[in-house]
Amino acid sequence: MLLIHCPYCEDTLPELEFTYAGEAHIARPADPSALSDDEWRDFLFIRTNARGPHYERWRHIGCGRFFNALRDTVSDRFLTTYKAGEARRPLTNEAAE
Amino acid sequence: MTNQKHQFDASPVVVEDLAPALRLSLRVKPAHRETLGRALGLDLPTRVGSRAAANGAEALCLGPDEWLIVAPEGTDLASPARAAYADAPHSLVDISDREITLRLSGPAVLDLLAACCPRNIAAMPVGAAARTVFDSATVILWRDGPTDFRMDVWRSFAPHVRSLLTQVRTEIAAGL
Ligand SMILES: [Zn+2]
Repeated sequence: MLLIHCPYCEDTLPELEFTYAGEAHIARPADPSALSDDEWRDFLFIRTNARGPHYERWRHIGCGRFFNALRDTVSDRFLTTYKAGEARRPLTNEAAE
Repeated sequence: MTNQKHQFDASPVVVEDLAPALRLSLRVKPAHRETLGRALGLDLPTRVGSRAAANGAEALCLGPDEWLIVAPEGTDLASPARAAYADAPHSLVDISDREITLRLSGPAVLDLLAACCPRNIAAMPVGAAARTVFDSATVILWRDGPTDFRMDVWRSFAPHVRSLLTQVRTEIAAGL
């Protein structure tokens, strides 16, 4: 079973305690009304669909918290996880994990 | 007919229903944790999964700003919390009837839990607790002793959880 490290529980736990929650670091526009239809469509629906390292959100049932993860979509390996609100982890750090 | 409670020594797992208790869901920002804890007479723990007990009440840290408080029915924690509200804004919700609590004990209790919980329960320290899943039902599991657990189960999930417990106990008793 896939094991995921929760940055809030500081524990590595089975995948079944977690829920996937889409791509990470997508900021909601401050003034949605000012956006064109295309820009709003992009915000709502257009995603990276990365092949390889992918920034994404997960939620842990244990602590009820959303956090960010960098997961390789080819190998399904979690390269790192970090708390919500923290800056995007650079890709160069993945080898250190 | 007998009113004697059967207690078979050979029983590898015992499942019992515990009496209703007061359960409170507490949400408070870390900055106000200490102030509110003082008002409630509980030193609210900060590490997820750790517990603190005082005056018959017990607090479990479920998340960075979330605690579950269990106390005997009739305990009044709402009044001291209300009095401290101005200094420590928080949310305190009575969830007593949301769950039932089962006590799971016996030498094979870890086998029983391993059949339905993906988490490594054997590695959970005695005196800790965790919100986890029991065959997809969210439960809170308290480890009170090496082979002594309490499990809080949402009422609507209880029939499913009970049927699984019965099935696994039967399998364990049959030596499977
Ligand atoms: Zn967690």
